[in-house]
Amino acid sequence: MTTNSLTTSQGAGRAGDKVFSGAAMAAGCLILAVLFGVALFLVVQAIPALTAPAGDIQGGNGFFAYIAPIVVGTLIAAVIALVIATPVAIGVALFISHYAPRRLASGLGYVVDLLAAIPSVVYGAWGAAFLAKEISPAYDWLATYLGWIPIFEGPASATGKTILTAGIVLSVMVLPIITSLSREIFLQTPKLHEEAALALGATRWEMIKMAVLPFGRPGIISAIMLGLGRALGETMAVALVLSSGVLTASLIQSGNQTIAAEIALNFPEASGIKVNTLIAAGLVLFVITLGVNMIARWIITRHKEFSGAN
Amino acid sequence: MSKRIDVKDLNVYYGNFLAVEDVNINIQAKSVTAFIGPSGCGKSTFLRTLNRMHEVLPGARVEGEVLLDGDNLYGPGVDPVTVRTQVGMVFQRPNPFPTMSIRDNVLAGVKLNNKKISKGAADALVEKSLVGANLWNEVKDRLDKPGSGLSGGQQQRLCIARAIAVEPQVILMDEPCSALDPISTLAVEDLINELKDQYTVVIVTHNMQQAARVSDKTAFFNIAGTGKPGKLIEFADTTSIFNNPAQKATEDYVSGRFG
Repeated sequence: MTTNSLTTSQGAGRAGDKVFSGAAMAAGCLILAVLFGVALFLVVQAIPALTAPAGDIQGGNGFFAYIAPIVVGTLIAAVIALVIATPVAIGVALFISHYAPRRLASGLGYVVDLLAAIPSVVYGAWGAAFLAKEISPAYDWLATYLGWIPIFEGPASATGKTILTAGIVLSVMVLPIITSLSREIFLQTPKLHEEAALALGATRWEMIKMAVLPFGRPGIISAIMLGLGRALGETMAVALVLSSGVLTASLIQSGNQTIAAEIALNFPEASGIKVNTLIAAGLVLFVITLGVNMIARWIITRHKEFSGAN
Repeated sequence: MSKRIDVKDLNVYYGNFLAVEDVNINIQAKSVTAFIGPSGCGKSTFLRTLNRMHEVLPGARVEGEVLLDGDNLYGPGVDPVTVRTQVGMVFQRPNPFPTMSIRDNVLAGVKLNNKKISKGAADALVEKSLVGANLWNEVKDRLDKPGSGLSGGQQQRLCIARAIAVEPQVILMDEPCSALDPISTLAVEDLINELKDQYTVVIVTHNMQQAARVSDKTAFFNIAGTGKPGKLIEFADTTSIFNNPAQKATEDYVSGRFG
């Protein structure tokens, strides 16, 4: 019988391969297990609140009457933050990647990254103690001249501790996330495409519109979604800045509340069914974030054919 | 619709490093001129100075004059954007915009500077440019598909269509076939032969047979050693460069006896 000389394996190399693939797989499984564990905890703990009689829940009208206003409040705060932060972040990222002289660009990039390193409680304190006071004259102005638009209806809050202030503070907090991701993506634009645009007689801005932004589009969307995730889940800053209350259309009156701040403010003193209610609110926030991410992925894959990946 | 190029005493620098030294060359309108020479001899760098694309690299600058029918590209107040609408460029690797359809790729340059174009005129221009690039029959049924779905040779012809859609005076090609297979190369070479009826074409190539096949005149660039500037050694009719070169260095290079 002949033996195939190719069947003898190379001992040591194989072992390293196995250890590494095992470790990588374990790490991957761990993430899934943690995620699943959290989801399971949220669902199990939330069920009592979801099935409890309406009168037992805070407010006395059942869980959905309780959660609906703070879901809307959460979305309002996050949308304000993104509307302000996205254009600024993309502008800053483009300035760093394509306009600024190299030395200024790296300094500026560093400063933007530092913004992300500031703890959220500091942002909250800054928003509550400084920004709210300084910005309230602007709210008076909005109430006087744009009061006919429901979102700027007066009378404006005298303390300035409104959902709009909270949104502005959140926008400063998500700015570094969107900026640094967008900057990395803009820097990865293939030189080839930039040169193609320039060689056709494009100005710098036209080159950016033609080559840089379309190439970076999926990345910009993911950056915004990461920012949105932070804005939706941010607790401390909102809890400190916002003088919360019932759902209000006007952004410059006190009122509104976000899920994360609601949980943080009430959890320490909660007991019994109240705990389950707050955990159920956490489950809702979890589902919203999941939904937002799925929509983002759908947007990205919809144009896959035109993405630069092929 | 084509202009001649006269280069006078041109030096190209990267920062303080002299990359190309003292080039004088006169390129006829409606002709194909090939630049040949070893890697690093500055032929691509020099080509890029003909539409100021070298300025994309920080620190790159030139001394001397490049005259397009007598107008200096480096004159005071000349906008490089204007220069590039007159002098188009095709690159080494095909680079259609991946996020655009074939049709939008052809129209990319035309829609710049906020120019508006009616749908009928755009359709006509797309067809004319793609016919001009020998690509129309292959893509006419899928103009709305992405340009990146074409083969390498088709992509390169799409890039040529995109360049001629803006009706430049001169087309520069930087090793346009080096990433293509022989059949695609043949298609692009045929196209270059047709382009010279209307345009001034300047092509950098590493392939000497290609220079011999497509060009009317050939310029040989060489470099004395690493760190030394590239120089234009000889510029003459293609037949005399390959059959009867005046310089020893040219003869060594074209006959393959080179370093």
